[in-house]
Amino acid sequence: MSSLAISKTAPTAAPAMLSIQDLNSWYAESKVLHGMTFDVREGELLTLIGRNGAGKTTTLRSIMGIVRKRAGSIVFSGRELVGKRTYEIARLGIGYCPEERAIFSSLSVRENLFLPPVLREGGLSDEALYETFPNLRARGGSQGTKLSGGEQQMLAIARILRTGSRLLLLDEPSEGLAPVVVKEIGEIIKRLKAQGFTIVLVEQNLRFARQVADRHVVVENGAVVDILTNDELAADMGRVKTYLGV
Amino acid sequence: MFEGITSQLLFGQVLLGLINGSFYAMLSMGLAIIFGLMNVVNFTHGAQYMLGAFVAWLLLNFLGLGYWPSLVIAPLVVAVFGMVMERFLLRPLQNLDHLYGLLATYAVALIVEGLVRYQYGSTGLPYDNPIPGGINLGFMFLPYYRLWVVVFSIVTCVATWMLIEHTKLGAYLRAANEKPQIVEAFGINVPKMMTLTYGFGVGLAALSGVLAAPIYQVSPSMGSSLMIVVFAVVVIGGMGSIVGAAVTGYMLGVVEGLTKVFYPEAASVVIFLFMIVSLYLRPAGLFASKESV
Repeated sequence: MSSLAISKTAPTAAPAMLSIQDLNSWYAESKVLHGMTFDVREGELLTLIGRNGAGKTTTLRSIMGIVRKRAGSIVFSGRELVGKRTYEIARLGIGYCPEERAIFSSLSVRENLFLPPVLREGGLSDEALYETFPNLRARGGSQGTKLSGGEQQMLAIARILRTGSRLLLLDEPSEGLAPVVVKEIGEIIKRLKAQGFTIVLVEQNLRFARQVADRHVVVENGAVVDILTNDELAADMGRVKTYLGV
Repeated sequence: MFEGITSQLLFGQVLLGLINGSFYAMLSMGLAIIFGLMNVVNFTHGAQYMLGAFVAWLLLNFLGLGYWPSLVIAPLVVAVFGMVMERFLLRPLQNLDHLYGLLATYAVALIVEGLVRYQYGSTGLPYDNPIPGGINLGFMFLPYYRLWVVVFSIVTCVATWMLIEHTKLGAYLRAANEKPQIVEAFGINVPKMMTLTYGFGVGLAALSGVLAAPIYQVSPSMGSSLMIVVFAVVVIGGMGSIVGAAVTGYMLGVVEGLTKVFYPEAASVVIFLFMIVSLYLRPAGLFASKESV
């Protein structure tokens, strides 16, 4: 399976910013990832698609080192991440937006937004941030979890943009949100890509994924079973729908 | 009904209650901070309080350093002891059941108390009052040192609360209470934060110990006898609630003092009666937020 992944290179010639080779991960004794292999190029927007339980979220959590027990190789900008602690990985310039959004209820919206420390130069300025997410300024004093689901998702994305991280890991930002909000988040993600962020997006919503991504990595049973460019996906939706069982 | 109760007795006991409350508040605040971030029920807290008093006594008798320098040095010394303990004893246990942390800290408490008793005996060692004298307020006599203890502890509790509720550092702490993994995923060294937090909580205990030295005698068991009440305070206030711990501490100190005036026989049990009633009515604690219910 991994040889298939390697042969499927993207059309762009940009170097790999993140390179995952034969990644295996475990939750306690139960093995969840079985030799994941794929590359993410600089400036690229890559989605991980697949069914529930396929291992998409675990892949992001393994990159971040939140899943501690892992084997294989994850190289980010020339640095090996396997064996590093979560905070060391984050400091190399990776921003993580978890599936559950993880807005802190004991912090105000403003405190939530400014919680992640600036790790390096090149992050969004406060002004640029509030321009993209005007609601967050208006509701700055509210308790973080008093925001609507969509606003909480915006906050979860916004807070990792000012840290200077160049690689963003976004876990299902469209989940459970109204279509109009999903559309808004799609616009924001496109804008982030245009600004040069490299993005790995876990997504179940194919329509959403298609509108923003360059390439799609199909995950099944903890391994990569296919990699398609966005054009290939558009030309052959049936192929992916078979994988997803939709 | 209450004839024979003089204002001297009433206010004297309220003051005594506030003094005890000051120690309850500072100790339970430290426990709440440690429990909130680390989920460790720190049974060494009483021994660390005793160590604070004891280090102050040692500094005086061996280095000639008096109360005021000890008020700074002793908590730092004990905090360092706490941080070493966190790093080498508690950290390896952090992914196991909470019971292990509880037992380990209890074991350290027994060892520390035993060693101090072995070396210096169980009888209390005297420690001179650094601010002798007092003022007659008419309705009661107010010793200066007791006034100092109450004021100092209130200032300490308010400062700790400000630090946690209104600073960036406090925001990290509150966030890490909720979701430590996510805070670490933002690039914050959460393990180091835990070591420092434990050191801070332990330092607060030792600070209380130095404060207590001139009032109570410095003895190996001074902490363990206090801790039973302090745990009751933390439970009543709500595990992990910092404001709850402090407010409940002062409140129960005064309740205990008043009981001594009106019904002395109940003074030693009133806090536990209070605990039973409050657990029945508000099992999560008087000051618990909705999330922690």
